[in-house]
Amino acid sequence: MSNLKHLTNGFIKENPTFVLVLGTCPTLAVTTAAMNGIGMGAATTFVLVFSNLLIAALKNFIPDKVRIAAFILVIATFVTIVDLVMKAYTPDLYKTLGIFIPLIVVNCIILGRAEAFAQKNAVVPAILDGLGMGIGFTLAITLMGSIRELLGNGTIFDIRLVSQDARTILIFILPPGAFITYGYLIAIMNRVKSKYSL
Amino acid sequence: MSKKLESTLKNMVLSLLLISAVMSAALGFVYSATKEPIEKANKAKEIQAVKEVLPPFDNDPTANVKEIDGLLFYQALKDGKPVGYAVKTFTDKGFSGRFDLMVGIRPDGSINTVVVLEQKETPGLGTKMKEPKFKNQFDGLSIGNLKGKSVKVKKDGGTIDAITAATISSRAFCDGVQKAYDLYMKNFASAVADSASVKEGGQK
Amino acid sequence: MELVKIIILALVVNNVVLAQFLGICPFLGVSNKVGTSVGMGAAVIFVMALANLVTWIIQNYVLVPMHIEFMQTITFIFVIAFLVQVVEIILKKAAPALYQALGIYLPLITTNCAVLGIAILAVQKNYSLVASVVYASSIAAGFTLALILMAGIREQLELNGYPKGMKGFPLSLITAGLLSLAFMGFSGLVK
Repeated sequence: MSNLKHLTNGFIKENPTFVLVLGTCPTLAVTTAAMNGIGMGAATTFVLVFSNLLIAALKNFIPDKVRIAAFILVIATFVTIVDLVMKAYTPDLYKTLGIFIPLIVVNCIILGRAEAFAQKNAVVPAILDGLGMGIGFTLAITLMGSIRELLGNGTIFDIRLVSQDARTILIFILPPGAFITYGYLIAIMNRVKSKYSL
Repeated sequence: MSKKLESTLKNMVLSLLLISAVMSAALGFVYSATKEPIEKANKAKEIQAVKEVLPPFDNDPTANVKEIDGLLFYQALKDGKPVGYAVKTFTDKGFSGRFDLMVGIRPDGSINTVVVLEQKETPGLGTKMKEPKFKNQFDGLSIGNLKGKSVKVKKDGGTIDAITAATISSRAFCDGVQKAYDLYMKNFASAVADSASVKEGGQK
Repeated sequence: MELVKIIILALVVNNVVLAQFLGICPFLGVSNKVGTSVGMGAAVIFVMALANLVTWIIQNYVLVPMHIEFMQTITFIFVIAFLVQVVEIILKKAAPALYQALGIYLPLITTNCAVLGIAILAVQKNYSLVASVVYASSIAAGFTLALILMAGIREQLELNGYPKGMKGFPLSLITAGLLSLAFMGFSGLVK
C-alpha cells in the first residue's frame, strides 16, 4: 500500500466509527454538539498519532509477551499529556468532555491500531495510519454531533439554523437520540458501501 | 531491520522498566509545565464567573474567599469600596440532583444577577434556566421585600414564572438563590449595611 | 439513606450503559444470548467492586499523599488489568466451576471502559470507601440489568423479520435507543 492509501484508509473504507465500530463510548457520549466532536476527535487523533509513532519506533525493543502492557503504558502516557494540556488551555472543552478524556486510554481504536498496524510497520506508515484513523474518527463524530445538534437544538457549531421559537426534536440531544442516530448512520454507511462496493 | 528482542525475563523486565522510566520523565515534565497554566485557568474561570454577576470591580475576589455551609463568598471591591458579594451556591433539589449557581448580591442585599455554573438538568427543559427569559426575573430582585422574605415560583405563591414543563428545576433555582441570600444576610449584611447606607440606605 | 440513594441512582436513573454511555462495547457484543449476559454481568459486578476497592485505596493512600494525582489514569488502568489477571488465576485454582462459567468473560473486562470510568468517577465524587464499593456494585448491577434486557429483546428480534440493512449493529443500536428512552422515565425518581 502506498503512503497515501495508509492515510485515506481510515476515512471511509475502514472508518473506525462506522465500519469497524470501535470507540463507541465517546461516539455516543460526546456528540451532543458538533464542537465536542472536533475536540474529542483532535484529542484522540493526537494520542493515536503519537502512540503509533512510538510503538512503531520501539517495536524491536518490546518483547512479544509484554507488548500489550508496553502499548498501554505508551498510550496512557499520551492520554495523560492530552488531559493535562486540555485542562490548562481549553478548560471549557475539558469540562464538557469530562471523563471521556482519560477514557481515551481504553478506546479500542488506539490499542487496535497499535496491535494491528503500528507494531508491524515502519514509523512513517504508522504515523499516517494513526492520522488517517484519527481524521476518520473526527469526521464521523463531528458529523454525528452536527446531526444531533441540528435536530435537537437547531444549531450547528452554535450557529443557529432553525428559528429560536421553532420546536426542535429534543430527543436527539438526549441519550436515546445518540443510539438511534448512530444506528441509522451505520445502516446508511452499510448501504453506501454495498452499493458502490467501496 | 534488526531482529525483535526475545521474550526472556531479563528482556521483558528491562524493556518495560526502560519505557516506564522514559514515560514517567515525559509526564513529570508535562505536569510541571502545565501546572501553572492549569491553576491560572481555574482562577480565570472563577473571576470570570464573579465578573458576570457583579458590577465592575478592581480587586482580586479570589484572594479572600469565605466558605460558609458549603457556599463560597467572593467579595468584590472598587476603589476599596464594596460593590457586592458573588456567592457560589447550589441546590440539591434539581431534577437530576445538584446544580451550582453564582449569585451576585449588591451591598443593599438586592440581587444583581445570577448565572448557572454547573448543571445536568434535562436538555431543552431544565436547561432553559440558563436563558434570559427565566433568569432575568431575578435581576434587581430584593428578596427582603418579598412575602415571607423568600423567592418562590408562582405555583408556590411566589413571583417567579416557572419554566414550562420544568417546575422542579425552577423551584430548585429559587432554592439555590434563597440559600445564598439567607446566608448572606446572616453573615455579611450588617457589615455591608453601614457602607451601603451612605448611598441609599440598606434595605432589610 | 445516602447509600440507598446511590444504589437507585446508579442502578436505573443514571444507568451506566443507557444514560452514561460507558461499557458500550461489551453491551453490544455480548448481548445476543440471555445466558451469556448473566455470566458477563456477574463477572463485571465482581471485578468492578474489587477494582473500586483497590483504586480507592491507591488514590487515597498513594497518589494523594505523594501529590501525583496526574498519574491516576496510568495507575488505574494497570491496577485493573492486573486485578483481572489475578482474579482469573485465583478463580481457576479456587473455584474451577465458577471459572468455567465466568472465565471467558474476564479478559474482555480489561477493555470495558466502564471499569476504569467508574473508578475515576468515584474518586471525583469524593465517595468514602464503602460508598465507592456500593456505587461500583450498583453500577455494575445496572450494567447487568441493561445487558439482560437487551439480550432478551434481541433473542426475540432474531425470530422476526427486519430490513436486511439493519442487521447487526444498526438494529442493536436502535433497540438500545428505545431501551434508553424507557429508562429516561426513571429520571427524577430520586432527589
